[in-house]
Amino acid sequence: MLLYTILFYLLSALILAATGLAVTRRNLVHAVVYLVISFFGSAMLFYLLGAPFLAALEVIIYAGAVMILFLFIIMMLRVADFEEQMFPPGQSIPAAILALGYLGIGAVLIFSDPGSRAPLLPAAAEPRVFGSYLFVKHWLAIEVVSLLLLVALVGALYIGRANKARTVATVNKENV
Amino acid sequence: MTVLLGFLVLFAKLAVVLGVLLFLAAYLVWVERRFLGRLQVRLGPNRVGLFGLLQPLADAIKLITKEDTVPAEADRFIFLLAPAVVAVTALLMFAVVPFGPDITLGGHAIPMVISDINIGLLFVFALSSLGIYGVALGGWASNSKFSLLGGIRGAAQMISYELALGLSLVPIVMLARSFSLVDIVNAQSRIPFIVAQPVSFVIFLLSAMAESKRIPFDLPEAENELGAGFHTEYSGMRFGLFFIGEYVHMQVLGALIAVFFLGGWHGPFLPPAVWLLIKIILVALVMIWVRGTLPRLRYDQLMALGWKVLVPAALVNILVTGVLLV
Repeated sequence: MLLYTILFYLLSALILAATGLAVTRRNLVHAVVYLVISFFGSAMLFYLLGAPFLAALEVIIYAGAVMILFLFIIMMLRVADFEEQMFPPGQSIPAAILALGYLGIGAVLIFSDPGSRAPLLPAAAEPRVFGSYLFVKHWLAIEVVSLLLLVALVGALYIGRANKARTVATVNKENV
Repeated sequence: MTVLLGFLVLFAKLAVVLGVLLFLAAYLVWVERRFLGRLQVRLGPNRVGLFGLLQPLADAIKLITKEDTVPAEADRFIFLLAPAVVAVTALLMFAVVPFGPDITLGGHAIPMVISDINIGLLFVFALSSLGIYGVALGGWASNSKFSLLGGIRGAAQMISYELALGLSLVPIVMLARSFSLVDIVNAQSRIPFIVAQPVSFVIFLLSAMAESKRIPFDLPEAENELGAGFHTEYSGMRFGLFFIGEYVHMQVLGALIAVFFLGGWHGPFLPPAVWLLIKIILVALVMIWVRGTLPRLRYDQLMALGWKVLVPAALVNILVTGVLLV
């Protein structure tokens, strides 16, 4: 049990340090690298808490796909322009207020739940068990999220199509 | 005492697997150069040792003794990190590949796999998606136009084909009813999955070749337009790490194709590990043969193949498998 505790605090320290560095870097590529390390740390935390399936998904989707897309956009920007890409410091005030609110609510939720006092036992959930739990108990939430994703997909397709149609129209007009 | 023994066995397995992987990576380079030479009606390296067999050793000495240069305007930290990411993720993927049935030694069953985690297949995907960072960041950090273009192409290509790669394996998981590579191999004790899932096999093979960035999918390197692309600026052993990463990746893909479609270590007469090795080398030879035969795809052809052919085909395949299973 002691080993798990030590690992938990080590990982938490790694995640906090990496996230802190990611937020404060002025070089966006460095920020992305630190954020990937942070996601990777969260994945290991999931693994430690007995959810290897979630850990793998965290790495594949967040550390893998989402951050690669971020990196992709950043790499398209010019390297010399990085300093000007940063937001003015004033914009971080609303972010700080929201973060503090989230911290407060999170703390209240965690300390009011009696389950948070129980010591954590090392366990591992089978992907099959996890899947049936998700789709039997939370099927409505899953359906809502899938619908949301479908809307996003249709929206992306619509924007892409609209751009294409407009370009074709402009070219045709110029030709006339 | 049992814990200590367990660690000893684990380290022995790690040492053997690492040794075989790196040795085979070095000799795959030799095989590729000789076999490609034959395909192109020339000799290939034949000066160092008998049949040029000492060529990998000479190459290693050359790479290690060369100066490790960093371009003046490069992002030093990321530039130095990127090759390691490529090599490490490729090597780690082998951790979940089983190379034989359990053997019993002194009353203890020793599994012939480094780690049989119940999400083995997803572990492979997680590492393969992290491997993209090596290419993308290496290309960006070099601060050279050729490298940057190579890195961007690499990232775009690898995320596009990762989708088809993942979707093509869903029917395999449905048939084996498990993410664990050990269970997937055990499910093929009678017939290999290539018989039940030929469409899946073709999609996986094509996407796997695109993931490994080899001809006809070598746009991130494209010698004649980008001059080696994402690793243009690398020298010495850091270039060597990219190289090791590529050839280890070839073996990992061979092993994965063997595990998912060719029945893994199953086979008559010969020991299981030898069968796995034969299958890996067979896949590698096919990949070299393809390299010697096909020209490079154009960028739009690459994207069209991935998104308009492989992904829809994989989705239909999942649907058909689901209907047939139910």
